[in-house]
Amino acid sequence: MDGEHQCLCAQKSEEELYPELDKIIDEHRGKPEDLIMVLHKAQNLFGYLPRKVQEKVALGLNVSLNEVYGVITFYAFFTTVPKGRHSIRVCLGTACYVRGGQGVIEKIKKDLGIKVGGTTEDRRYSLDVVRCIGACGLAPAMLINDDVYARAKPAKLTEIVEKYE
Amino acid sequence: MINLTINGQKVQVEDGATILEAAQKADIHIPTLCYLAEVQAIGACRVCLVEIEGNRNLQASCVFPASEGLVVHTNNDRVRKARKFAVEMLISNHPMECLACARNLNCELQSLAEELGIREVRFIGEQSEGRIDDLSPSIRRNQNKCILCRRCVTVCKEIQGVSAIFTQGRGFETRVEPAFDASLNDVACAMCGQCSVVCPVGAITEKENIEEVWEALADPTKIVAIQDAPAVRAALGEEFGFAPGALVTGKMLAAARKLGFDLVFDTNFAADLTIIEEGNELLKRVKEGGVLPLITSCSPGWIKFIEHFYPEMLPHLSTCKSPHQMLGALTKTYYAQKAGIDPKDMVVVSVMPCTAKKFECNRPEMNDSGYKDVDYVLTTRELAKMIKQAGIDFASLENGSYDDPLGEYTGAATIFGATGGVMEAALRTVYEVVTGKTLDNVEFTAVRGLQGIKEATIPVEGIGDVKVAVAHGLGNARKLLESIKAGAQYHFIEIMACPGGCVSGGGQPIPVNNEIRRLRAEALYQEDRDLGLRKSHQNPSITKIYEEFLDTPLGEKSHHLLHTRYTARGVYKD
Repeated sequence: MDGEHQCLCAQKSEEELYPELDKIIDEHRGKPEDLIMVLHKAQNLFGYLPRKVQEKVALGLNVSLNEVYGVITFYAFFTTVPKGRHSIRVCLGTACYVRGGQGVIEKIKKDLGIKVGGTTEDRRYSLDVVRCIGACGLAPAMLINDDVYARAKPAKLTEIVEKYE
Repeated sequence: MINLTINGQKVQVEDGATILEAAQKADIHIPTLCYLAEVQAIGACRVCLVEIEGNRNLQASCVFPASEGLVVHTNNDRVRKARKFAVEMLISNHPMECLACARNLNCELQSLAEELGIREVRFIGEQSEGRIDDLSPSIRRNQNKCILCRRCVTVCKEIQGVSAIFTQGRGFETRVEPAFDASLNDVACAMCGQCSVVCPVGAITEKENIEEVWEALADPTKIVAIQDAPAVRAALGEEFGFAPGALVTGKMLAAARKLGFDLVFDTNFAADLTIIEEGNELLKRVKEGGVLPLITSCSPGWIKFIEHFYPEMLPHLSTCKSPHQMLGALTKTYYAQKAGIDPKDMVVVSVMPCTAKKFECNRPEMNDSGYKDVDYVLTTRELAKMIKQAGIDFASLENGSYDDPLGEYTGAATIFGATGGVMEAALRTVYEVVTGKTLDNVEFTAVRGLQGIKEATIPVEGIGDVKVAVAHGLGNARKLLESIKAGAQYHFIEIMACPGGCVSGGGQPIPVNNEIRRLRAEALYQEDRDLGLRKSHQNPSITKIYEEFLDTPLGEKSHHLLHTRYTARGVYKD
């Protein structure tokens, strides 16, 4: 318990990041055309784009929140869900798709109880789909953080995923 | 000039024209769907495709620039098939509920399917799961019917400067809605309804109150009063085949009686009353050094806009209620007393060119009579539907008349429906009240017309030069407010939420364009010229209501029944 507590303290809390966001916004104040650039920077800062960040960006750049959200939901790069400590990315490129990538996804979704694009409540894992990671010969392939798992079989997945604390 | 050939016909157009515009100039019809003149040309729907010799692919004519020597075919086999396919794909994801749709028989997708000769639905595919948002008292959105043409997004952002809706998501999952799946009711939406006017299908409509009104009319214990806004009479005819600009005041009043309304009043009476109250408010502010410029408050879309986006400027607003709310309050007090009716048995129905008025009549402060001052607001389109439902042959109706005293009006009142009209009406009265002289030429043409922001300076003895400005469309309102914040000096400003003013309000017949705006406004200016009395203070029923009931402009009764207060809302809901 103590170890976990310390670990959280070492990270900056979201509240502490807002002054930095304000600085970013100030550089682009009143410039709607800079929206995508500012969202990039904001997502780098927070890891995702929570509603409060979107609202501040909208006001600062003089863009409607509805438009900001429209841009965020259009581009797959942007996320409104915080990422987990471990990022699971399952390939659904053509080769992985035909060799059972979908089954890999279904198994992980079931194990973790989240949808694609989602994060577990304890923020341990997040799950995403990627289109081809250049490992077609190892299909179906998946990544957990930077580790590649080749010929992933649904039966072995629980064990693999559990290794990531 | 550019010379090109369309379907073998030589066409000459100005530089910068598109192929669609060139074709229109040559009276060659190219079907369109997402394109809307004066609003948007984005080439998204692929309905206006044409073949251009030397181009491998068919091109969207609404965005393809005309250039010297182009040879264009708008009507060959390849083009027809491609257009038909584009519409078939749209239909494959469109609910086939035409019979039960508010836009049945006035739907651009329906018309296109007919025009292109679609006789079977070839593609049965997945249907997008849209939702219905009917929480707003003004606007109902049915996402399932949306064809993603983006006209509403464009009108809301570019023309109204509001951006209450935007495209969310991408591909098959794309929806047009506010951020975070919010209801329109929960975001900074002016409820102006311009989105419903440009929607080609039934995805955005007014929230109908027709059934509630039929119920009231069927209830023998209720005395049901109707009032019509000035702009209604200049457009209602279009729903019955009259040309835009046909003035149908007499038929409108006759239809109201045939529908079974017990009392037929006219919002124009209260427009005259507004001029007396607001004119005095202006003079008071000028004399006593109050907050200037004074800005009109008749347009509830404008009110909702300023409450959200410029709450710090609310003290500029006139405290006058919008005319129909004044008339509602007076119907349930002044008229009820006069006629010996218990106001609890009265139902007031306002027919408005407006969707925002539906929101307005439900505002908690609009209960000053002790009851809901206006029970229901119908749009012009809804009134037309009721007339049709009742089987009334509108075109052959003999002219009807309004009931006294809340029906009598002057020419000053009827021009409220066009941008600049409230300003002009106010100037006619303020000038005479201040100078004690008769105004010979009552027409202030500088404040008429469709220019986005109009300004005028009128010398008035006793005040000096009175500087006024008029803006219509919320985008123009925003520009004018910013100029005031930057130091521009005016005494009096008129702002209407909708481009063109109420004649092209969110509840008016569809379609609307600048030519139709101009024709509808002209109908009102014609009625003004035809009326003997053209100044609000000349209205005998107005003189009488002050003698019998209100006592004095800005007096205690006026303050209680005719004036209101506003709510600072901010951009985000807490």
